[in-house]
Amino acid sequence: MSNMSETTVGPATGAGPARSGDFVALLKPRVMSLVVFTALTGLVCARTAMSPTLAFVAVLCIAVGAGAAGALNMWYDADIDGLMRRTRARPIPMGKVQSADALGLGVVLSLLSVMMMGMAANWLAAGLLAFTILFYALVYTMWLKRLTPQNIVIGGASGALPPVIGWAAAAGHTPLNAWLLFMIIFLWTPPHSWALALYTAGDYAKAGVPMMPVAKGSASTRRQIMVYSLLFVPVAVAPAFTGLGGALYLAVSGLGGLLFLFLAWRLARTGSGQADGAQSGLYEVKAGSRDARNLFAFSILYLTLLFAALLAERAFGLASLPPLLKGFS
Amino acid sequence: MSDPLNESDEAAKARRRRNLAIGLALAAFALLTFIVTIVRLGGHVADRTF
Repeated sequence: MSNMSETTVGPATGAGPARSGDFVALLKPRVMSLVVFTALTGLVCARTAMSPTLAFVAVLCIAVGAGAAGALNMWYDADIDGLMRRTRARPIPMGKVQSADALGLGVVLSLLSVMMMGMAANWLAAGLLAFTILFYALVYTMWLKRLTPQNIVIGGASGALPPVIGWAAAAGHTPLNAWLLFMIIFLWTPPHSWALALYTAGDYAKAGVPMMPVAKGSASTRRQIMVYSLLFVPVAVAPAFTGLGGALYLAVSGLGGLLFLFLAWRLARTGSGQADGAQSGLYEVKAGSRDARNLFAFSILYLTLLFAALLAERAFGLASLPPLLKGFS
Repeated sequence: MSDPLNESDEAAKARRRRNLAIGLALAAFALLTFIVTIVRLGGHVADRTF
């Protein structure tokens, strides 16, 4: 194994020596926190008695596995990360960490997290975790991201798997309700990512990443956001009818879903993202991009509320609604 | 291979901190492995017949 100290002393850019925090940044802590939240929801929704210690270790493994995937992503994408404002402050483009060290960190943490998951929970969960890491690193990062505007649609599967892994860790199997949680995040990803891409398309174009607004234009992207939103919201409400969610979940998903559709519809009617080259700050909102920003911001809140509602119902012992659709549990 | 003697004070300090972080992470991993093993085996493990 290479010595971290010798590979990070005196980087060419003069950015200073690598600190431990730079290696933590490679793990994408913000993404990890969302992964922990959704994985914990899946684990709790399984309604299976599990040692709190092993449950903690299982969620930790999912978080570390997600972090490892993030490090592998930063290793491979260092060239384009340096070209985009959202990513150019990452440790590798800044010259703080050498890409080989990021690769080593990603590989080692991937192996440790998968092995530990197998020991602490079960090998189904470990296998799903390994698949998630490999899918994100190989299929999304190395293959799809620079190839097709469908990159985040297909690649979104890796971000949608943590609740399924959590469920598998607790129960040892994955019923349809676990995959319903997967579908919620999977269908949420396109409108969420494309809303952001509508007002950061200039960056993606500069880096040669064929995000939908870059490849197909903003009008097509806004239409596709509307289509995916129409698919997403019914799926988001569905757990209330499959024995997974209760009255609280139905209220949150229903009301939030209506607002989500309204924001997507309003975005579809405007010209958001059409003046992409004129942006001055990454998250600075141009007049025409306000609708895209609103949908992007609300999409994060809505997904958080959906999973928080499920967690709250379990935490407070609120009963699920009787299932209208059978065979999901 | 770089010569550690040529590194600046700042670089040496950062290296020591990184090494300490790696050491602590390894210790945490070993402890976690021990705890998981004990929990998975359950109580009175020494009394079991194999």
